[in-house]
Amino acid sequence: MSASLKDSFAKTLLGFASSLSVLVIFFIFYFLLKESSLALSQIGGSRFFSDSTWAPELNLAEGQFGLLEMIVATVAVATLALFIAAPIGWFTAVYIHFFCKGAFRIFLHRVTEIVAGLPSVVLGLWGLVVLVPVLLNLRAPGLSVLAGAIVLAIMIIPTIVVSTVSAYQNLNSELTLTSKGLGIGKARFILEIATPLASRGISTGFVLALARAMGETMVVVMVCGNVVQMPESMLDPVRTLTGNIALEMGYAYGSHQSALFLSGFLLLLSVLTVFIAGRLFLKTQEEQFR
Amino acid sequence: MNKVKSSSFLYLILNFLFLFPLVAQAESTKVSISGSSTLAPLAAEIAKRLENSASSLRIDVQTGGSSKGITDVIKGLSDVGMSSRALFPEEEALVKSHTVALDGVAFVVNSKNPIKELSRAQLADIYSGKISNWKEVGGQDLEITVIDRAKGRSEKELVKDYLGIKSTDYKPDIVAGENQQCVKLVEGNSGALVYLSIGTTEFEQKRSSKIRALPLSGTAATAENVKNGTFPIIRPLVLVTKKKLSPSSKEFVQFAVSSQVKDLVEGMAFVAPQ
Repeated sequence: MSASLKDSFAKTLLGFASSLSVLVIFFIFYFLLKESSLALSQIGGSRFFSDSTWAPELNLAEGQFGLLEMIVATVAVATLALFIAAPIGWFTAVYIHFFCKGAFRIFLHRVTEIVAGLPSVVLGLWGLVVLVPVLLNLRAPGLSVLAGAIVLAIMIIPTIVVSTVSAYQNLNSELTLTSKGLGIGKARFILEIATPLASRGISTGFVLALARAMGETMVVVMVCGNVVQMPESMLDPVRTLTGNIALEMGYAYGSHQSALFLSGFLLLLSVLTVFIAGRLFLKTQEEQFR
Repeated sequence: MNKVKSSSFLYLILNFLFLFPLVAQAESTKVSISGSSTLAPLAAEIAKRLENSASSLRIDVQTGGSSKGITDVIKGLSDVGMSSRALFPEEEALVKSHTVALDGVAFVVNSKNPIKELSRAQLADIYSGKISNWKEVGGQDLEITVIDRAKGRSEKELVKDYLGIKSTDYKPDIVAGENQQCVKLVEGNSGALVYLSIGTTEFEQKRSSKIRALPLSGTAATAENVKNGTFPIIRPLVLVTKKKLSPSSKEFVQFAVSSQVKDLVEGMAFVAPQ
């Protein structure tokens, strides 16, 4: 096979793979919109925000289709998870990159990768059997926003660690030498030079982690309690959009099923919003830095 | 420009070629079963026994709830559905049911909880949030953690009919999905109250002594009382098929309702219908 033929074959293969993933996303969008059109036409878009609670199995007139509580719950659980995970993940990354050497550093890296690969159902079960009884001592029922956030935080810490470490690794290695030569201390170098320069990569990690936390299902179904209500404290049980879909999709039909597809569509929109907001935030940050 | 266009067209065709086999029909000697998670372990055991016998069938059992099991059969997504409730009249018109076993739904508490019995009115008050402490029903001074089940589960439907409270009046602390999650929740919380199928409850009690089923209206929640029909909340566990059975689903259904699997049915603490 000639070189040019090989090249064009490789190009076709790669193009095929990447166009496949793009196409799949479009298919998912189209599919969700198509499936939720029944709910939008029968129930009307505004009722999903104005109805007081979620009771879709009643008939259309009596039924309640409020998704607001679940949207708030999704954002609350994921944001709290990020607030717990972000400092821990960042500290770990700084420790791994700037303070560890040799075998120990590789060991820490491997452990992070293993945690990243833990199946969510295992983490969920751990939360249910170990974490929830502990939180039960604070207040019943133990299944709560906090329980979900803690387990999700454990899930997303590796994402933050890996992306932060690689953001630091991508910095110009001369920076370290120059700073040393100028007599800049390690702490000051990390805080005032390395971190601002790596901020793009670090915040990309945060955004990915937040999106993953928002989309996670198994863990929240197992430890968040799944009660549809507006959370007033971190110890209140809540139901997230993902939890709602997982719990009811198997049994739903008609407008109820369509409403669940709509909540899936809203979830996808929220995740996209997080990505776009993250990008915009980064852009303004970078302009300031210049 | 032209080159770019033709290559992206090529990618599109390749994509469809790649996706097409995913939606193509499965082979015919495979029987796919979906539905009730209460019936699934039994169906899996029956399937295993049938596969180990002379049969050439390959049987795939998946859970997802009774309504999904029935809907899957109607839509042709699976060959046999599992349902832990009797069919609604409008479903009866479309599919055929075959009773494999009987089961009851029991209210279950933690073994540390000294409560002897709860009446139907007390249970209704607990589930609608009017009673929130065990001492109000003669128990210890401990908050009741009320566990409800996800909408559409057959246990939920049965208990809804039994308690007779409106679905918007339920004030649970937790809404749980799968049976195992309920068992873990009750094991870890001495104030918890949940409802579970008696089959699952007896099966779990053999494994762990941390949960206990409460009697209802003076009748103990046992398989025996389901068999003789005295327990108040009873349901049939049925296999659902199209009106006209394919040879492979017929083979499975006939085996599942035969006396060859009676020991399996009773092994799961269900009750054989005959």
